[in-house]
Amino acid sequence: MGFSQGNETVEMADKMRSEGKIYVVIAVILTILTGLILYLVRLDRKISRLEQSGKK
Amino acid sequence: MKKSWWKVLCVVLLVYTILAGLLLPVPVLRQLQETIRNLYFHVCMWFAMMILFTISVVHSVNYLRSLNLQKDILAKEYASTGILMGLLGYATGAIWASYTWADPNNPAFASFGSIVREPKLIGAAMALLIYFAYFVLRSSIPDLDKRARVSAVYNIFAYAMLFPSIWIIPRLLPSLHPGREGNPALNFNDIDARMRMVFYPAVIGWTLLGVWITTLKIRLTLLTEKNWLNAK
Repeated sequence: MGFSQGNETVEMADKMRSEGKIYVVIAVILTILTGLILYLVRLDRKISRLEQSGKK
Repeated sequence: MKKSWWKVLCVVLLVYTILAGLLLPVPVLRQLQETIRNLYFHVCMWFAMMILFTISVVHSVNYLRSLNLQKDILAKEYASTGILMGLLGYATGAIWASYTWADPNNPAFASFGSIVREPKLIGAAMALLIYFAYFVLRSSIPDLDKRARVSAVYNIFAYAMLFPSIWIIPRLLPSLHPGREGNPALNFNDIDARMRMVFYPAVIGWTLLGVWITTLKIRLTLLTEKNWLNAK
């Protein structure tokens, strides 16, 4: 991996990027992340509530 | 939710990782092409795992010094999340490799052989199995103090085994896995400055996520096990 050949062009995803498709990928990933983070926050709040009711 | 600035930081860093990781330009490499962006995800999993295992072993050592059962819980939960990160790192590595350096000309079962003989993959699997054994060990000892003591000692050995199996031996052997000549992610000459800008925040972000998950598990355990903990 990594022997350089100057005349070859390496294909990158520029076409995808130029067509705006990369933003779809980002939207999907951010949605998944948002879902996971919201789940974590929900769990966190539940546990906090349990901790507080236990201390009473 | 417990007020913690680091949880907000975690989310900010992860969003940044995803946005910058996918949108910012990366060095153009033959054979890897855009997949080099996986550095911010696959490699970060392993780094997060190492950090979580380090926290775990520190708590194990502290347990042995103080015999405070709470430390044992901390050690166990950090090891557990570490394993999760390790498994994710392994899975993402397998996906990444199948698209890049695994031979596409061989059908899956044929190239499987060339992959499993890969030192880094064997080493990583070994390290994870050793940590799985940590949990098997824990479940085999019913007495709380004995369990904590034995597993704390085992944790130290398990942590020590990480280094030869993941870092040292694979570097010495011929391998297809990237980074056999020196350390790819930490070698300052090797990693492009632009990638470093995303990589370091990404490591912190993923690690903080691991810590967040772990603290939730710990708090839950402390709540449910309050009875015998306070009896001590």
